[in-house]
Amino acid sequence: MSFATIDSATKQSAGTAITAEEIAEGLHEGHTASPDVARYALTLGDDALILAQRLGWWISRAPEMEEDIALGNIALDLLGHARFLLTYAGSADGRTEDDLAYFRTEEEFRSCRLVEQPNGDFAHTIARQLLFSQYAYLLYRELAGSADSVLGAIADKALKEVAYHRDHATQWTLRLGDGTEESHRRMQEAIEHVWPYLEELFTDEDLHDRLEGIAVRPSSLRAEFDAHVADVLAAATLEVPQVPQAMAYGGVRSGAASEHRGFILAEMQSLAVRHPGATW
Amino acid sequence: MTSSQQDTTRATDADWPLWEVFIRSNRGLSHVHAGSLHAPDATMALRNARDLYTRRNEGTSVWVVPSEAITASDPDAKGGYFESGQGKSYRHATYYKTSEGVPHL
Amino acid sequence: MTVTDSSQIPVDRAEIERAGQEHFDRIVAADSRIEPRDWMPEGYRKTLTRQISQHAHSEIIGMQPEANWITRAPSLKRKAILMAKVQDEAGHGLYLYSAAETLGTPRRELNQQLLHGRAKYSSIFNYPARTWADMGAIGWLVDGAAIANQVPLCRCSYGPYGRAMVRVCKEESFHQRQGWEILHALSHGTPAQKQMAQDAVDRLYAPALMMFGPPDSDSSNSDQSMAWNIKRFSNDELRQRFVDMIVPQAEALGLTLPDPDLKWNEERGHYDFGPLDWDEFWRVVKGGGPLNAQRMQRRREAHAEGAWVREAAEAYAAKHTTTTTALIGD
Repeated sequence: MSFATIDSATKQSAGTAITAEEIAEGLHEGHTASPDVARYALTLGDDALILAQRLGWWISRAPEMEEDIALGNIALDLLGHARFLLTYAGSADGRTEDDLAYFRTEEEFRSCRLVEQPNGDFAHTIARQLLFSQYAYLLYRELAGSADSVLGAIADKALKEVAYHRDHATQWTLRLGDGTEESHRRMQEAIEHVWPYLEELFTDEDLHDRLEGIAVRPSSLRAEFDAHVADVLAAATLEVPQVPQAMAYGGVRSGAASEHRGFILAEMQSLAVRHPGATW
Repeated sequence: MTSSQQDTTRATDADWPLWEVFIRSNRGLSHVHAGSLHAPDATMALRNARDLYTRRNEGTSVWVVPSEAITASDPDAKGGYFESGQGKSYRHATYYKTSEGVPHL
Repeated sequence: MTVTDSSQIPVDRAEIERAGQEHFDRIVAADSRIEPRDWMPEGYRKTLTRQISQHAHSEIIGMQPEANWITRAPSLKRKAILMAKVQDEAGHGLYLYSAAETLGTPRRELNQQLLHGRAKYSSIFNYPARTWADMGAIGWLVDGAAIANQVPLCRCSYGPYGRAMVRVCKEESFHQRQGWEILHALSHGTPAQKQMAQDAVDRLYAPALMMFGPPDSDSSNSDQSMAWNIKRFSNDELRQRFVDMIVPQAEALGLTLPDPDLKWNEERGHYDFGPLDWDEFWRVVKGGGPLNAQRMQRRREAHAEGAWVREAAEAYAAKHTTTTTALIGD
């Protein structure tokens, strides 16, 4: 059916940005990830996947219908990042994005505890978004210059999208922080709730030493992160939390996850694991 | 859910203001009216418009205008507004026949 | 929108009505479009407000059965597609509310009609989406029926509705295809997957056919809507067209449509199909069954739990008048 050019504001196109399929095709041409690069990509990919999984829940439940759409866009962007990164990670040992997403156990995931935190009320979701999007923005900005061309291309695409996510989270932090008494209280509580999970994002590991020039050293992002978030919180009339960081038992980014991870995976993987080997 | 039923009728539960959205689909083209949406302020209206009306790469620029800021012509039930523009064929090149066939005219 | 103040000038109301009706009739007869500020008969305004807002409510409530599967979609590609699709439905709801508002009823009021059970939505969403295959059957059959209904609405005499439908139809073209492809993957998969696909089609076939509304012989509003160029084809015409479309599509899937009377009628040049259970249809439309309560509760909860957020944004807007066009930090 044709809708001609009745109205040029409905012109659509898919655009020219990179797709997960293109990354998968590029990998067939021989550029596969080394085991270390795969591990690094998996860590970033798991963060994006779990956060997309969390945010997807909001679609049909947001405070206003316009916000169903906004959160949906962000979740879709993140799911896209996850697919790029898992596809690349899987190239190291011949696994697909779905092998990695659906057929790894809780212990094998590498997501950070921040993204595993429950959606809570809208303030909790925004607080989690504020911290993660600022971290991801700084991370991808540096990773865009990676010596690994695939990571660089993924970061380049992701950077433009997380810039929007950061704006979205910031706009809502301002409105909730400096809105009503109730919203201020909820937003302050939410920031305090997610704050203990920051340390994990900025802790260097041996892996980062081995991937000098390829991976981004997490600790290098911290100062700018702190300054930016402090500015946003101040503008939103919120306090920077003075709460202790949650201890990372058993090492950073290990299988020792938050208690939430098991529930997230149980739901996400429930159908796929009942039909191993099936095509969907 | 009695509590939520009460909440849905809160006195303050008014709509956010209505905004009209205009999209420029390509550089070189005018902005075209795409529809409307609700947003608490202009900053959010712009972002909501981007989220709602450009999910398929429809735009390179977005305008939002408070709906109440638009002043429209009276509906032309009697035709008075727009009659004058009709029937003046001499305003159009096709009116002039004598010059037909003369190059570059 | 600002209305010119002509209150100083004495007007003859009857004369305005007469001229308005004449203008309206002329536009409809010429198959042109009525626009928001045109004079229109009260019945036309009411019919359209009801139809467009019910359509919008259906999009919004219709998000739920599919949204329930976003977190469990069995591959990341399917998860992305489903998320985009459910999100599109929110968008379609908004396009439609936006069209309905041009008729003079604010969105808040339309929303209250839904939340308080005074407005209906499409009965199809009061059926449960039990398995992943339902995502396929909803896309193929339910969205397919919706598209068959909506394509003629692109030429509806009310301009804003027609324009919203153009946008909706363009976006929905992928919805039906992705549904068909889900079923194709299942029907060409393991025996358990194929069984899942057939079961979903068995459950959703008849409800999808009933989406076109009651038979022409029982449809009360149809004639007037046709005369106003809101509706272009009768319920039965559209239903027949849909059946003719899906029979070969079902064959390509290798699935059976659950209707023993379904067969090609050479004489009519159409497929014959069996009678539908309209008693069940009316029970479901009137909100019978637990799913209606569940869908409404979720909608009411989202609205109620969002109240403090909406208030906060309003309070902030009252305090801050600066507009930020650039993204923060860029």
